[in-house]
Amino acid sequence: MLGLKRRPAPSEGTPRREPAQADRAADAPVIDIDALWKVYGPQEPKARSEIARGAGWTESAAALRDVSLQIHPGEIFVVVGLSGSGKTTLLRSLNGLVRPTAGTVRVLGTDVAAGGTSLRELRSRLGMIFQLFGILPHRSVISNAAFGLELRGVSRAERERRAGETLSLVGLEGREHAYPDELSGGQLQRVGLARALALDPDVLLMDEPFSALDVLIREELRKQLLEIQKRLQKTIVLITHDLTDAVVLADRIALLHAGVLRQVGTVPEVCFAPKDEVVERYVTHVPQLEVLRVEHALIDDVPPADAPVTRAGAPLAEAIGLLGAPGVSSLRVAADDGRTIGSVTAETVVRVLGRGPLVSETEVRS
Amino acid sequence: MTVRAIFGLPQLPLAKWVDSATQWLLTHATGLFHVISSVLGSIDDAISNALHGIPEAALFAIVMVLAWEFIGLTGVVGTFVALGLISNLGLWSPTLDTLALTLTATVFSLAIALPVGIWAGLRERRESFVKPIVDFMQTMPPYVYLIPSVMFFSVGAVPAIISTIIFASAPPIRMTTLGIRQVPTDKIEVSTAFGATRSQILRKVQLPLALPSILVGVNQCIMMSLSMVIIASMIGANGLGQNIINAITQVDVGDGFVAGLAVVLLAIVLDRITHGAGRRFSRQQGAMRTWQLPLSILLVRGWQSMHGRRAKQDGAPESHSTVTLDHLKH
Repeated sequence: MLGLKRRPAPSEGTPRREPAQADRAADAPVIDIDALWKVYGPQEPKARSEIARGAGWTESAAALRDVSLQIHPGEIFVVVGLSGSGKTTLLRSLNGLVRPTAGTVRVLGTDVAAGGTSLRELRSRLGMIFQLFGILPHRSVISNAAFGLELRGVSRAERERRAGETLSLVGLEGREHAYPDELSGGQLQRVGLARALALDPDVLLMDEPFSALDVLIREELRKQLLEIQKRLQKTIVLITHDLTDAVVLADRIALLHAGVLRQVGTVPEVCFAPKDEVVERYVTHVPQLEVLRVEHALIDDVPPADAPVTRAGAPLAEAIGLLGAPGVSSLRVAADDGRTIGSVTAETVVRVLGRGPLVSETEVRS
Repeated sequence: MTVRAIFGLPQLPLAKWVDSATQWLLTHATGLFHVISSVLGSIDDAISNALHGIPEAALFAIVMVLAWEFIGLTGVVGTFVALGLISNLGLWSPTLDTLALTLTATVFSLAIALPVGIWAGLRERRESFVKPIVDFMQTMPPYVYLIPSVMFFSVGAVPAIISTIIFASAPPIRMTTLGIRQVPTDKIEVSTAFGATRSQILRKVQLPLALPSILVGVNQCIMMSLSMVIIASMIGANGLGQNIINAITQVDVGDGFVAGLAVVLLAIVLDRITHGAGRRFSRQQGAMRTWQLPLSILLVRGWQSMHGRRAKQDGAPESHSTVTLDHLKH
């Protein structure tokens, strides 16, 4: 059996944080969604009583059907779905813009359905970023960035100082006194990000943040978001229809289809072990090389002494490059601390490209 | 055969009902009318006295500065010609009376219309309640308002102002409601998501974004007031309308034309200045001129600092005007 390595791939070496499941369980979830239903329109009261009775609801379309989900501190959680899948409803139910038909949503320990002051207080701890930016046209950049603080009653000097800091964090230094109509889409979304970050929120809610932007700007902003996240370690919930967002950013993704949560897991888990046909259809077009890492093609064999070294968390594409050099038949795979943990050969790489990871993370955990 | 006869219905005594309601108010609410009368009358007197108290040349200069700021060089020339002509025709004093009436009525119209318009704009159902009333106020022939006004407030400036307030309140109510309702819902959602209260959303998002529309309403209110205070001369309002009434009774075409022309000129000056000011405050205008006068800068800046807004302007002219301001302080 090629001597496959039957143990979890080392997580320390990965370029992205990927908290071990065991650690995560210890943390209380930041967001706890339990049996959430949302039915829009005049049917809602009827649906509510039907669901309360335990009968569920099938008479009309439900934006969300019995969704349960936990999101943990510090993770980037990406909800993927087509338009109409309920992902916008899911995000909006996190800050009470949408009231659940049934089920509970607890964010940072607060029940969102409570409403009133406690909901407003909760909202000021959540930063939200909008697909169409939601920048107020009659305010300057700095005044937009300071908007959340202004609502909280922070003094002008203080809020402008903090907004100025986050504006330079997102690379808008020097544009503080510009007006929105002088900015490009990418810059507007940066203002949106600065506005959310200025509140120093515990959670960032991002509603298709890159969808309205050009491809290049999208890439740039994703990179910037990762850099900011490395420093700030927020809990981020991002919804998108673009799997690239998921592949590049996500610690875990959730696939939402027709209001039903189909699968939750890391990107490789969902991509290489789709639970059903629907999920499979979504992930068929994900470029493998974006997802696969060296650890996915790792075998136990002892590498030759002169083999080039690669890291377990490096993209598989990097290993392919090294293996392409003349005379190289296998690579030594090192953990972050430099310890050799196995090797990668051309044969295993080809096999992985054909059939997915040798040790799928799902198998390891089960 | 009339439709009424076909159905064998008696004529509705609607006119009688209105009459008796008026009678009831006359006997039971005299005190209220007295208070309203003295408040409106004294405010009109105050404005009128103030306008008459300012030397003609000084008033000329003030209007010219406003025209310069809000319209531009053509505005200055046009305003100079218009006011010069009014003065030359010997109509300066009645023009000031008309202006005082117009301003008084506008102030009260706006005091009623803006809150009502905002209130109606916030909920769809309120709008459908207010809209027919506003339609009624605006389409009822304005002369009709004169009749109860005279009964309640006798003749003179006060009943004229009352009927003007009713007639001129409709456009600002309409435009304010429209402005509030036109605020994009995503802007409101953003504010809600950031934890804004209803009143914060109103003050910081809805009103600023509705401002262009509201200012159009203010402009229309002034225009409607002006036309109504002329009509109200029929019940004894002073000012240019008196000259027109006199000309009608004496079939004096020349005097009538001249007084009418003065109304037109006053209307144009008021319209252009308020329209320009409205555009300035809504940031619709291009770069500010670099040669604007300190007084006008102070007016604009004062207004803006009160409201946390600014007129749209380029970097360079802005620094220039800041320098001018600082210069003034020393």
